[in-house]
Amino acid sequence: MTEVVEVSGVTRRFGEVLALDDVSLAVGPGELVGMLGPNGAGKSTLLSLVSGQRKPDSGTVRLLGGDPRDPASRVSLGITPQETGLPATLRVHEVVDFVAQHYPSPLPTGELLELFGLRDLARRQTGSLSGGQKRRLAVALSLVGRPRVVLLDEPTTGLDVSGRAALWDAIRDYHAEGGTVLLTSHYLEEVQALAERVVVIDHGRVLTDDTLDAVLRRVSVRRVVVSSSADLGGLPGVARAEREAGDRQVLWTADSDALVRELVGSGTDFAGLEIRGATLEEAFAELVTPGALVGASEGEAR
Amino acid sequence: MSAETTSGTVALRSFWALSWLHLRYQFLETVRVPIAVLGNLLFPAMSMFFFVVPQESVAGNPVFAATAVASLGLFAVCSASLFTYGLGVAEDRQLPFDPFVRSLPAGPGPRMVGRVLNGAIFSLFGVVPLILIGWLFTEATVTPVQLLAGVTTILGVSVPFVLLGMGIGHSMSAKAALPVVQVILFPLAFAGGLFLPPQLFPSWLDGISLATPTRAGRDLLVAAVTGGDAPGTALPVLAGWTVLFAALAVWAYRRDEGRRFR
Repeated sequence: MTEVVEVSGVTRRFGEVLALDDVSLAVGPGELVGMLGPNGAGKSTLLSLVSGQRKPDSGTVRLLGGDPRDPASRVSLGITPQETGLPATLRVHEVVDFVAQHYPSPLPTGELLELFGLRDLARRQTGSLSGGQKRRLAVALSLVGRPRVVLLDEPTTGLDVSGRAALWDAIRDYHAEGGTVLLTSHYLEEVQALAERVVVIDHGRVLTDDTLDAVLRRVSVRRVVVSSSADLGGLPGVARAEREAGDRQVLWTADSDALVRELVGSGTDFAGLEIRGATLEEAFAELVTPGALVGASEGEAR
Repeated sequence: MSAETTSGTVALRSFWALSWLHLRYQFLETVRVPIAVLGNLLFPAMSMFFFVVPQESVAGNPVFAATAVASLGLFAVCSASLFTYGLGVAEDRQLPFDPFVRSLPAGPGPRMVGRVLNGAIFSLFGVVPLILIGWLFTEATVTPVQLLAGVTTILGVSVPFVLLGMGIGHSMSAKAALPVVQVILFPLAFAGGLFLPPQLFPSWLDGISLATPTRAGRDLLVAAVTGGDAPGTALPVLAGWTVLFAALAVWAYRRDEGRRFR
């Protein structure tokens, strides 16, 4: 079966800056792929290549088997505008109509606005919408043409919790009906909630491309917090130690069970033991900068 | 999945359907800022009332009055073209909505067609009050054929100014485009005899004037509405400027593409 998005060996520079360095990525029909990476990692550049706004310096980009620079290839593509960029003097339904009429069989405007809870705002000028409402409209615009694939660049940035959950539902519904989604996010939480597959990009390269579970399992750092008058940083298995206020210590380890056994067995006096897994942000930091949590600290500990 | 859906070759909407769509929404966006529309209507109309209507020697003479209407009409068109394209394009380029629109399934053509027609519509809006004032308050008379010839000529003459505006709009930011448009528009209008009849110019100024696109356009337009003759240089001069400004517009568009959307 033809891949929906196929990027092979793509390199893209902006002057001196290497935005994408020999990137390959294939997204099949019905996949929901989350792309993660810090600012400037190359995510937006990659999306702009897939949406035909730019062309690669070398390598090829295919969208549904065609060249995305050819408008005909984009008939089945949905994208979001940046929410700050909606034409301020047009009304909500006018913006939707305008975008809809680029497609051969768009969703009826009323239906789409209903779906995104924007029906009551249909006659408002977009300049008067709140940030969250603009964000919802932006995502709605990506779906108006009944696309087979949507590119969502930071779809819920700046939304409150309920607004985010509502958008996630809309994205899940679209995916459940067979749609293909390629989304970028700063929020691991968002990628964890939506994506089945995770691609981590940094410095223009694909660092990781795997299922969500595999990516999360890969980073099995535990954070152990404990109070003790003794310095526990030297215990076996402690990758890195930090001191907090008073005698509170934070220990990072790959195996918290072994560390706790070690701590108890050593007979050292301690109190207030807490253990938790690394947060998603910490896992992400570990992926993007290997050794940020564990490896680098081994050097310090030595 | 069928071959039709996997190859992604679902047909685009037709070029003219998309052009009509872009024209409608550009028009809507323009009229939603009424002051921009009014400014373009008012300035030439006010000039007409202050400088033409009170002067009996001009207003009372059918040919002079028609010439004045034509000159200020051309000024309205130059001003609308330079502002709509120079400033409008520069502003649009700064909006984050611009790359989004570029990614919709339509080539650049429909948007360009919409922009040109939208500019033409607002240019004509600026001319309408002039024609009314000329008809009601001066002795200017035109036959229906001359009026039609005048409107057609004014649209043709606007082409180099539309191209110049696009060249400006695609090569600089909106902040820079505004003063540049003003600096170009007023000297060109004055030197082209749109404010003062060129018959009053000293010969050295008349020589310069004959080489400007505004003067060439004015002469062609005056000839069309009064039935007189334009100097033989008018058409070649206007054509020369049109080629030059077309080259500028294409260069600026490509350079902009190259910078932002390589």
